[in-house]
Amino acid sequence: MANELDNIELRPARRRFMQSSAALAMTLIAPGVLLYKTGQAQSENEPGSDNKDLPATPRWGLLIDTNALSEADVDACVAACQQEHGWHSDAGSQTAAQWIRKIHLTDKQSGQQTVLPMMCQHCADPPCVDVCPTGASFKRADGIVLVNKHTCIGCRYCMMACPYKARSFIHEVLQDQLAVAPRGKGTVESCTLCVHRIDRDGANAVPACAEAVNRDGRKAILFGDLNDPDSEISQRAKSHGATRLRADLGVDPGVRYRGL
Amino acid sequence: MPAATRFTEIKTSSPQYWGLLLLLAILAAVGIGAAHHMDVEGHHISGMNNQVVWGLPHVFAIFLIVAASGALNLASMASVFGKVEYKPLARFSAVLSIALLVGGLAVLLLDLGRPDRLIVAITHYNFRSIFAWNIILYSGFIVIVLAYLWLMMERRFERWSRPAGMFAFAWRLILTSGTGSIFGFLVARESYDSALLAPMFIVMSFSFGLAVFILLLLTSFKLDQRELDGIHLQRLRKLLGLFSIGILYFVILFHITKLYGSQNHDFERFILLDGGVYTRLFWLFQIVLGTLLPLFLLYAPRWQHSSKSLVLACLLIIQGGFAQLYVIIIGGQAFPLNIFPGYRVESSFFDGVISAYTPSLWELLLGCAGLASALLIALLVLRVLPMLPQSLPGTED
Repeated sequence: MANELDNIELRPARRRFMQSSAALAMTLIAPGVLLYKTGQAQSENEPGSDNKDLPATPRWGLLIDTNALSEADVDACVAACQQEHGWHSDAGSQTAAQWIRKIHLTDKQSGQQTVLPMMCQHCADPPCVDVCPTGASFKRADGIVLVNKHTCIGCRYCMMACPYKARSFIHEVLQDQLAVAPRGKGTVESCTLCVHRIDRDGANAVPACAEAVNRDGRKAILFGDLNDPDSEISQRAKSHGATRLRADLGVDPGVRYRGL
Repeated sequence: MPAATRFTEIKTSSPQYWGLLLLLAILAAVGIGAAHHMDVEGHHISGMNNQVVWGLPHVFAIFLIVAASGALNLASMASVFGKVEYKPLARFSAVLSIALLVGGLAVLLLDLGRPDRLIVAITHYNFRSIFAWNIILYSGFIVIVLAYLWLMMERRFERWSRPAGMFAFAWRLILTSGTGSIFGFLVARESYDSALLAPMFIVMSFSFGLAVFILLLLTSFKLDQRELDGIHLQRLRKLLGLFSIGILYFVILFHITKLYGSQNHDFERFILLDGGVYTRLFWLFQIVLGTLLPLFLLYAPRWQHSSKSLVLACLLIIQGGFAQLYVIIIGGQAFPLNIFPGYRVESSFFDGVISAYTPSLWELLLGCAGLASALLIALLVLRVLPMLPQSLPGTED
């Protein structure tokens, strides 16, 4: 009898306990589920599992042979890119855009010197795409990382996140833009891998920087499909080696270097 | 005592009150004008560049956003932790938190390259971006705190104010974690890339939010000649001291964990020893003037009962907060990215060198406008709605 009475008294308390436990469990689990879903999320243009019947998607990339490049060659790359896309950079300007730049390296121990061109590395897992709040920073199915100039709000978070300092913010009003490279004050931009040439010529395309230095059969900057094991770029990377800058970050850049 | 608390609007018509409102309104208007000028001319008239992409406006914006979540503390103390003695301050705490957040978000928005694309920011979401999460967290915070405030004020639903307060408290913790994570998630920069930034920002929010709260509470009580017993200030003083110690703990921990990895030694040397303006800001304005001196003012027995020492401590903590955020945000970008470990690097794009940044007047005006509009909103709300207790007499603890 006493036991029954105890039970009756306990019921409301027990019910309350059950209710709060369920509420607590929901509160704790829901964010976890959401985080998991978010972690699994893919951008819509990423090659998904449902397009197995389609031909393999190419992944465009560059192999830059620093041993074959002189300082004048790298200057030619920069000039060709400027001409192709209509950007200019006054020497010493902190605010001017630089889609591609010449970098001098000196090994701190051996003193060995290297000069190389540096541009957007078109990462497989680009941090700029991850952090962009509006999705303006995006990666195409063929691996080219671009900025949608219509949805970029100019927050510059992608510039904070890029491990390669590849992006520029347009600080001034622009005039005389080229049709192949629309640009606009207040938005962010970077190397497009000459996407207009790739969309026109496919695997036969040659980006402007490569065109400027590849002469007489020499291919100091090789463009090609990294996903195709038989492509020249894949073969060369296999036989001669290719370095990914900041490989430790695991972002898998599509631009690779030889001679580093 | 709390049950008998009477809330009333500010009724003062003193020249000081109207003068303060006018000053704040002018500051807000001038700052909006400055932002418009930057928008038309382009950011080249700001101090920012392609190396330091977030400048002084971000220092102001993040200070205000962090302080906003902290300003809700007093309401949380009453609703979440059942400390009824803080209940009379809960409404004001909620009002101030919304006002500060609005001020901070306004600065963030007006500093965008394309502020006219606000509609894009609220219709296009990339859920992998902590920024996009923050847009939801910030707007959600305003809605939740408004609902919480309404539940506290509406007698019929007062019993719901406790769960609403708990929800708001959980939300603000996530919100400030999100703000800290804006930097914590930047894996490529040695200056950031630390999960410690999230809890550190939470403690910073406790401290900065409370310091702003105390100053505005004292100002509005004084302007309206309301009674405020020292016992309430004693409580707030103890809390503020505790939060300041909390920040110091996280700052020490942050630098020690960084120092442990030899790859970060150059960065630590830059901030702690030879970073010029950043080193001075860190040691002098953040640590000595922003932490140690306020702790002394708050705990020294001689000044335990002086409201002047409390006001001074609050002002020092606020300037220390600005210094800390300046060092984190701008110092962190000034230090070069390490793209080629083991090499000395030179380029036309300022690779491998400490980047220069000098804030422009436009940025300063925009930042001040955010602060001014937050205070203006708070003071106007106090005038039209019964948010402040008529008096805060002494109570038995």
